[in-house]
Amino acid sequence: MQLEITERNVTAIWGDIVVLDMRGKITIGDGSVLLRDTVEDLLQAGRNRIILNLGGVSYVDSSGIGELVSRYTTTKNMGGKLKLLNLPKKIKDLLMITKLLTVFEIYEDEQAALESFQ
Amino acid sequence: MMLAENVVELTIASQLEFIDLVTTLTDNVTRMVGFDEEAAYWVNMAVRESVANAVEHGNRYDPNKTVDIRFTIGVDALRVTVRDHGEGFDPATLPDPLDPNNLLNPAGRGILYMRTFMDSVEYERHPDGGMLATMTKRRAPQHAEASHEGDRKHDAVGNY
Repeated sequence: MQLEITERNVTAIWGDIVVLDMRGKITIGDGSVLLRDTVEDLLQAGRNRIILNLGGVSYVDSSGIGELVSRYTTTKNMGGKLKLLNLPKKIKDLLMITKLLTVFEIYEDEQAALESFQ
Repeated sequence: MMLAENVVELTIASQLEFIDLVTTLTDNVTRMVGFDEEAAYWVNMAVRESVANAVEHGNRYDPNKTVDIRFTIGVDALRVTVRDHGEGFDPATLPDPLDPNNLLNPAGRGILYMRTFMDSVEYERHPDGGMLATMTKRRAPQHAEASHEGDRKHDAVGNY
């Protein structure tokens, strides 16, 4: 299944946060490009508080991991924050192998992820 | 070219769209070999990484260059070779993705994943040009024993 991204806007008393619900594969080519373009569009619109909900992601390759890293650094460089939610075990394994687990802020509960932006 | 019975070959053009074909075949081969779901998943990923490298870095998306994949189902292990037709590289010169200075690089993790998920990964220059990646994954002992048994049965009835 190719990657699908659904955007949700959550308005909290501490500001607006965008949750991107992702389903399918983040792999070299279309999947990675869609993730990059979606986050870039948000940043260009000044929406730089982003949660990537990866609960529906079935497969990520090294290109997809690289894209997560790129979106993380780009968002950070633009004064925002990008956090990960509902990481499937295999993606967690991939991040651990490449020592990226501690780079990202990772949450298993959406409310906790939202409150972390306070 | 005549192939042995336990060899499966596939040649694709240098297009990312064809990688899914290779991984679908990989899933069929690992099922045939008897890998459990976990092992099959990671072999799939190692093959994907290798083929993606061959398309992107080896052949540089040249539509006139192919990527040749061969699965050899051995008694004790599955061997997968992936050959590109590019200019080649020295894997020893690649940046270490685990170096703290490289952790946030957008690329450079594929071979590390391949080495993690397979029992061995070797790169060499193919004598006729391009790079040849050879990856092996050992079969679980019970499967290997079953295969030995199968070989003996085949031998006994003269199927080989």
